[in-house]
Amino acid sequence: MTHDHDDEYSELSETQLRVRALETILTEKGYVDPSALDALIETYETKVGPRNGARVVARAWSDPSYRTWLLKDANSAIASVGYAGRQGEHMVVLENTPRRHNMVVCTLCSCYPWPVLGLPPVWYKSAPYRSRAVADPRGVLRDFGVALPADTEIRVWDSTSEVRYLVLPMQPEGSEGWSEERLAELVTRNSMIGTGLPKRPEEIK
Amino acid sequence: MDGAHDMGGAPGFGSVTEEPNEPPFHAEWERRAFALTLAMAMPGGWNIDMSRAARENRPPQDYLSKSYYEIWLAGLEKLTVERGLVKPDEIEAGRALHPPQPVKRRLSPEGVARVLYRGAPTGREPKSPARFAVGDRVRARSFNPPNHTRLPRYARGHVGVIELVHGCHVFPDSNAIGAGENPQWLYTVCFEGRELWGADADPTMNVSVDAWEPYLEPA
Repeated sequence: MTHDHDDEYSELSETQLRVRALETILTEKGYVDPSALDALIETYETKVGPRNGARVVARAWSDPSYRTWLLKDANSAIASVGYAGRQGEHMVVLENTPRRHNMVVCTLCSCYPWPVLGLPPVWYKSAPYRSRAVADPRGVLRDFGVALPADTEIRVWDSTSEVRYLVLPMQPEGSEGWSEERLAELVTRNSMIGTGLPKRPEEIK
Repeated sequence: MDGAHDMGGAPGFGSVTEEPNEPPFHAEWERRAFALTLAMAMPGGWNIDMSRAARENRPPQDYLSKSYYEIWLAGLEKLTVERGLVKPDEIEAGRALHPPQPVKRRLSPEGVARVLYRGAPTGREPKSPARFAVGDRVRARSFNPPNHTRLPRYARGHVGVIELVHGCHVFPDSNAIGAGENPQWLYTVCFEGRELWGADADPTMNVSVDAWEPYLEPA
């Protein structure tokens, strides 16, 4: 082995052994550099995550001209905050309003806007979410404890292409005039997927 | 190809459960399987549609019994073996037994940030005008292709409205089988819930898919 990994269990599962075997072979053959693997992992564990998207949303809430730009040309507006690239090459931002609530799914696999949200959580990739989001979105929202008015349109976006969708949630009442940094604390990952709402100001005070 | 990965509307999977404070990975092997998959695309020379096809193209019972990163691992083993980069006896032995194949490039640690930031955009210059415009009514074709496709079964045969036009994009159905990028116009097509699921469906619900022009016909 070229690497010693800490394992939670002394007995290795078949899957753990297969991954180790494959990494060993690919490294011995010179196809991969293990330090590049470490750099990839570090990127998605420490640098790229939903705090990126929260900054984008907070800026849109506090700056009307940025909001207009974000809804019109999401790639450029998001890149101006420093985020771009893999699995976010073609971004579209979806604005929630009192009349329309947007919710994003990938029924075929796990498409998700990595540069702004990081890697998707297990539930997003799971059969229950992928199967029900397009057929019973209000039921899925109930699973997340979210109840919306009966006349609100529920608009589900199935990410079947390389276009990636980010939901711009409605700014919570009582947070008007806050700084971007404080506003970002209200923005949850799920509120940017559409399976949740932002926190209320009293939740973070 | 059609398979168990095409889950939209499938019954019986139950409710969605969220893990509080979920970490990006749940085990060291998941980290390595993830990173190996990203890193091998460069020396391996395959594209994202080939990767997806390699993960999907397995019997339903196999797809449904594997965890997410187990599917990634199986897809990566398949791609490397199919191209002769790794031999099946090496996978069983857990070490290299044969000389490597020459590869053009490999991912360096210094290149990681640049490669990720650049990504792999799929937009291409159009060679012909778009057949459809925003507001047009279209029917998603009814087909059951033998190879990779990105038109979910639940949308096939149903009528929707063009909501967004995204320009021309690499066509996965061609790209996945090595038949070239064959760029096609890409649209967001919105369907009423009742069109997809019948008269009892929630009348406030609308669902869109992103569909390439060959998936659509005028309605």
